[in-house]
Amino acid sequence: MKDIAIQVINFSHFYGQQPSLKNINLDIYRGEILGIIGPARSGKSTFLTCLNRLNDLIPGSRVSGKILIDGLDIYQPEVDVAALRRRLGMVFATPVPLPMSIYDNVAFGPRLQGQTDRQKLDRLVEDCLDKAGLWAEVKDRLKTSALKLSGGQQQRLCLARVLALKPEYILLDEPTSGLDPISTMKIEATLRLLKKDYTIILVTNNTKQAARVADRTAFFLMGELIEVDETEIIFTRPSDKRTENYIEGKFG
Amino acid sequence: MIRPKPNDRLIRLSLLTVALTAITVLAVITIFIFEQGLPVMVKYGLKNFLFGQDWYPSEKSFGLLPMIVGSLLVTLGALLIGVPLGLASAIFLTEFSSRRLSRLLKPVFELLAGIPSVVYGFLGLMFLVPFIRENLGGPGLSVLAASIILGIMILPTIISISIDSIRAVPDSYREGSIALGATKWQTVRMVVLPAARSGLVAGIILGMGRAIGETMAVIMVAGNAADLPASWLAPVRTLTSNIALEMAYASGEHRQALFATGVVLFVIIMILNFLANLAARKQSGR
Repeated sequence: MKDIAIQVINFSHFYGQQPSLKNINLDIYRGEILGIIGPARSGKSTFLTCLNRLNDLIPGSRVSGKILIDGLDIYQPEVDVAALRRRLGMVFATPVPLPMSIYDNVAFGPRLQGQTDRQKLDRLVEDCLDKAGLWAEVKDRLKTSALKLSGGQQQRLCLARVLALKPEYILLDEPTSGLDPISTMKIEATLRLLKKDYTIILVTNNTKQAARVADRTAFFLMGELIEVDETEIIFTRPSDKRTENYIEGKFG
Repeated sequence: MIRPKPNDRLIRLSLLTVALTAITVLAVITIFIFEQGLPVMVKYGLKNFLFGQDWYPSEKSFGLLPMIVGSLLVTLGALLIGVPLGLASAIFLTEFSSRRLSRLLKPVFELLAGIPSVVYGFLGLMFLVPFIRENLGGPGLSVLAASIILGIMILPTIISISIDSIRAVPDSYREGSIALGATKWQTVRMVVLPAARSGLVAGIILGMGRAIGETMAVIMVAGNAADLPASWLAPVRTLTSNIALEMAYASGEHRQALFATGVVLFVIIMILNFLANLAARKQSGR
């Protein structure tokens, strides 16, 4: 019996009157990489921002149904949203380092929580950069601006920054969409390593990426969850014709 | 298509002429001020001008120190009042208020800039000066009164430039910070304001320039005694006031000493601008 970490129950999301997610039911298991694939505007990214309530920032955003994370209904009014977002670290499609040094980017989250011990921060920064596969490349220039890194390095920095939060879940929104194949490979390798400590939800436009790294894969279309299953099954004998068409590149 | 078309060249040439004219006018004014002011400064000694405490033009005593200190004090006071208020308003309007309120209030702040300075001075004289006299003591006409009036007068400049520079910070920075578990206020303090820093400093420099250059409103509320002010409640005379108050009847070396006042003002503003620019560059280069 697998350990259910996140339960999505009859969940819908609206921008104004427009539904963007329709009646999603989905269980996410602890310690898995769940790949989410689907064409543009299918609601994949919206789904991620619903999990850490980043959608709160968008005016006119509205939800119904429930999302339980470790049994906690995250849309209850008494939920501490900042704490929730630390538990579900997110990496965006475009790498957005904050306009400060490499070191300060990684230390940003821990400092928000009041961590000021220089030695602990040093160790944490090294550890997170190492896990994200960036330490060797930047260890001599931690004090330089993060904006000077290449795109691939910036994205791994964003991953390191999320790891510094000590999250339980990592949400990745098309993390390699703007990257070259080698940077992509490095990030995927990192994800496989991280799997033993984190539950990872990976939204990707690249179906092959889901096939390479995801344990299970979910297919979204027009705001609906069409099907979710073991990655191997989704890619070899999907139960829905639309999934098959999408994977074979017949639309989307 | 290597050479620009004759039409383009004509426009280029005429724009160049216009630009050169503007620069020439500026240069001529500068040269004129220095030409009028410098000889008397040299004659009576630069040190006596800058550090002399006695301004008795009829006795050929031209000590500008009280006015230099006066200008710096009221400018500092204006910044102490205007910068926190201005930044706070700008932060509220950009980050914490609804779009509608922000759209409504920004023009109101900009309208403040359109009120003539004599009106500010008049209001200060009618309400602020008696208020200070009755509640805090002293003659009312004081450093404090001038600082408050100037602080209000530089608000529109600081607010509107700060708003523009805060709005120019990409939303992705805010999202990134919020996604890392920062609260709205932490995001503003640790990400948005540092990213907007050079714009904020530019706004403060412009506000400072306005404060140090303002004459009419200051004359009306500052008391204008040419002595070193003993406290925030003592009257004070600024460099600009000094020129405006005495220009009408000054002649000979007295008149030249007023131009020398202009020279000092000119140099002070140059130094302040330089320092502020330096500070901005140092911080944004981190």
